[in-house]
Amino acid sequence: MPEVLFYLFAAMTLVPALLMVASRNTVNCAMLMIVSFVGTASLFALLQAFLLTVLQIMVYAGAIVVLFLFIIMLLDVGRVRAVRGGAGKLVCALVFFVALAACPVLAILSSRGGAAPVGEAVPAASSAANFGMLLFTKYQLPFELTGFLLLAAMVGVIYISRRAPAAEPSEAPEAVEK
Amino acid sequence: MAPVALNHYLIVAVLLFAIGFFGVLLRRNVIVMFMCLELMLNAVNIALVAFSRFNATAGHPMMDGNVFVFFVITVAAAEVATGLAIIVALYRRRGTVMADDLSSLKK
Repeated sequence: MPEVLFYLFAAMTLVPALLMVASRNTVNCAMLMIVSFVGTASLFALLQAFLLTVLQIMVYAGAIVVLFLFIIMLLDVGRVRAVRGGAGKLVCALVFFVALAACPVLAILSSRGGAAPVGEAVPAASSAANFGMLLFTKYQLPFELTGFLLLAAMVGVIYISRRAPAAEPSEAPEAVEK
Repeated sequence: MAPVALNHYLIVAVLLFAIGFFGVLLRRNVIVMFMCLELMLNAVNIALVAFSRFNATAGHPMMDGNVFVFFVITVAAAEVATGLAIIVALYRRRGTVMADDLSSLKK
């Protein structure tokens, strides 16, 4: 049963990701990204990281995708025009894709280290209590720094997205032409 | 069907990372490129959780990988907010989000 679930969730992660790369409609991309993120969350659940499953769905499939959708609709860039002269780029990207996918996969398949099936379930290893314990003992400094990072990001976003006083005239006409 | 081992998860992670990288290279829309970056981060998360799970024993639950994923998710949230703010500023300034049109450094 876990095997079937694994392959199901792996497909749920990878197929929407591929479709997302191929999709011409940006809104569809965001929707497919939700499916891919939920698939990833399901893989986390199979790995018994239940807290991370919840976080993945809340933060990625919830907040991040909503943010993306908001920006897509704000900028009104839902549909992309057809690309011209994309063949060379496609070939180049495909070569990189095959190289990047094939080398590690071959290395993993030829190794024997991870091939052993997993032992019995580690009881409640990744419970929220364990998480909290680690976050406030071993990882306290990174935890606090993360909070500071979020604050810095918030201030930065407010600063970046304030209305600019006036665009420099040298750049504006050029953008309009295109 | 073979029992699911660490290798299976690692292969999924590698493929997802490669798909994300493929998208970053292929797509011209900056927003979609940014989404593909998120896919790559997700791939790394899968690998981290898998390593964490498969190296755990009953006496010693390996939580470090999981905690690392927690931080990755947090930083990704901050990164998305900042990146999208930059994209909005870019769009206001240049009126486009296509990477091909953002070539003022070339001239």
